Amino acid sequence: MPNILTLARRNVWRNKRRTLITAASILFAVFFGVAMTSIQLGTWSHMVDSVVKYHFGYIQVHQQGFWEEKTIDNSFDPKEVRSQMQNVDGLKSMVPRIESFALASLDTRTKGTLVIGISPELENNFTKMADRIQQGRYLEIGDDGVLVAEGLAEYLQLELGDTLVLISQGYHGINAAGKFPVRGLVHMSSPQLNKQMIYMELTTAQWFYGTGDLVTTLIADVEDADEMTLVEESARSILDQEKYEVMNYKEMLPDLMQARALDIAGGQIILAVLYLIVSFGIFGTLLMMVKERQHEFGILKAIGMKSSQINLMLWLETIAIGIIGCLAGVVVSLPFTIYFNRNPIRLPEEQAEAFESFGVEPVIPTSTDPEIFIIQAIIIFIIISVLSIYPILKINNLQPVKAMRS
Amino acid sequence: MNIPIIEIIDLHKSYTETAVHVHALRGVDLTIEKGEFTAIVGPSGSGKTTMLNIIGGLDRPSSGTIKIRGNDISNLSDNQLIDFRRENIGFVFQSYNLIPVLTAKENVEFVMLLQNRSQEERDARTLELMQAVGLADRMSNRPSELSGGQQQRVAVARALAPKPAFILADEPTANLDSVSTSDLLDLMANLNREEGMTFVFSTHDQRVIDRARRIVLLEDGKIISDERK
Ligand SMILES: Nc1ncnc2c1ncn2[C@@H]1O[C@H](COP(=O)(O)OP(=O)(O)OP(=O)(O)O)[C@@H](O)[C@H]1O
Ligand SMILES: [Mg+2]
Repeated sequence: MPNILTLARRNVWRNKRRTLITAASILFAVFFGVAMTSIQLGTWSHMVDSVVKYHFGYIQVHQQGFWEEKTIDNSFDPKEVRSQMQNVDGLKSMVPRIESFALASLDTRTKGTLVIGISPELENNFTKMADRIQQGRYLEIGDDGVLVAEGLAEYLQLELGDTLVLISQGYHGINAAGKFPVRGLVHMSSPQLNKQMIYMELTTAQWFYGTGDLVTTLIADVEDADEMTLVEESARSILDQEKYEVMNYKEMLPDLMQARALDIAGGQIILAVLYLIVSFGIFGTLLMMVKERQHEFGILKAIGMKSSQINLMLWLETIAIGIIGCLAGVVVSLPFTIYFNRNPIRLPEEQAEAFESFGVEPVIPTSTDPEIFIIQAIIIFIIISVLSIYPILKINNLQPVKAMRS
Repeated sequence: MNIPIIEIIDLHKSYTETAVHVHALRGVDLTIEKGEFTAIVGPSGSGKTTMLNIIGGLDRPSSGTIKIRGNDISNLSDNQLIDFRRENIGFVFQSYNLIPVLTAKENVEFVMLLQNRSQEERDARTLELMQAVGLADRMSNRPSELSGGQQQRVAVARALAPKPAFILADEPTANLDSVSTSDLLDLMANLNREEGMTFVFSTHDQRVIDRARRIVLLEDGKIISDERK
């Protein structure tokens, strides 16, 4: 049955070579688009995730002013925030921390460290820290020992069971000093944190810093990362903005966000150039196709096929090639993205530094977010749809007599 | 009196797009009745193709009137003309008439499909026409698998399919050898005689002219003789 659809289908396979070349150029466009976006987004989400999940969290609540001036004096009583945030949807827990700096020494070696008091259970639910214990054990409630980051332990030449001396300035200027047995060594994927982190049980840290029940930070642990904005909005509307500051990871990591935006914009420019090149290629084949088939279009118009019908036929042909190319592109890029998602590329020294300065493991995993495939395929598809306007205009103005003389 | 199939009154056509304007038709009057078998002849450049194109609604006159079955087609829009051609006129062009991706059967069926005829009607008429042009055994061949003569016969079958008022053929035998030429002429003459189908065709070929029952001679865009046998 030669209806318009069959006609289009047969025309697609009539010039196999041209169809395959066109489809292949679409395939490459989709593949490069997907590969590039996947690497870029994968890298950035790896960066943001490691920073967010290992340490910062998506949302933090502090006493107003803490972020500007991170001193132990800017601690607050978490009770009020806890009770006000109790019924917020999507909020799993408010993870308390008390953070300040301390000098750690063992024998003759001394180093500035970041000593963080944590609630063992809540912290573990949030950062999965217990899984990162390399030696020894995780902290218990009321534990009077500490966890030391591997890199720091190495620097101090410290072993499990050694006792570390910590000296710092406590709440409102009191002296803070204590001896703490090392319970475990913890791996921090961020090389920077790996060099300076010490974890202490919350009440022990509060005793050490002399803050009583106060904390410096409450991290909102959400059920699902998608609910982050909702929880953030609730926190901003519920909590007294005079007293507390609510910060999301974007505000806490402005440098990272800026670098990300810049990098992505650069990637988009490259992609735009790629699309432009591919568009010219496809346009060229359309141009050639219309020229070659003029006589035939003239016959079709002469014997009574409407321009709209010829257009529908040509549109179906172009779109079919587009779909073939897009699907093939997706099929080809799937193994690529999946492979490099599972086996992320490790960066060489020079580039690794940039990652490490943000405290991120220097690897680039690809993202397998289905959105990437869908968006790339849709962009190319839209380009093809726009390009297929050309034959439509040509056909509308085609005079059968002239067309057949060619 | 019957309304004539084709009626041309004082037809002029000038081509003005070119640097030198060409006055291709200079006042042509012609009436063709149902059942006629007419050859338009004349030297190259005399305006045969121009006239057939205008009769077929493929081109527009510069002035004058052209009526098909009494309907003036000079004022139809491009889209109306397409519909008009599909319902009223069968075309056989000089060569490469057929749609390359369709089989012979499908080519014949195609116009009926555009007319939204039912499957049964299409099947029956296609078979009948393919038998009439003697190609019932080549139904599922594509044009590239047929000889030039066979292709022209399929083109005739296709032109007949929508039951047009008449069939226009601009030098249908120009690319055929003498055997194919006489086969095609036999076919056209039979259809004319047995079914009363009206044919208007142009030609240079004396053997084709000899078979015509009316010969219209054009020279320099004017009819200088018009004789019926
Ligand atoms: N599109 C056009 N633009 C300009 N002049 C044209 C055009 N088509 C035809 N002509 C001119 O009009 C005149 C008539 O041409 P036409 O094609 O009708 O002649 P013809 O009798 O069919 O010739 P032939 O026997 O060679 O096919 C010629 O002088 C030709 O050059
Ligand atoms: Mg001619």
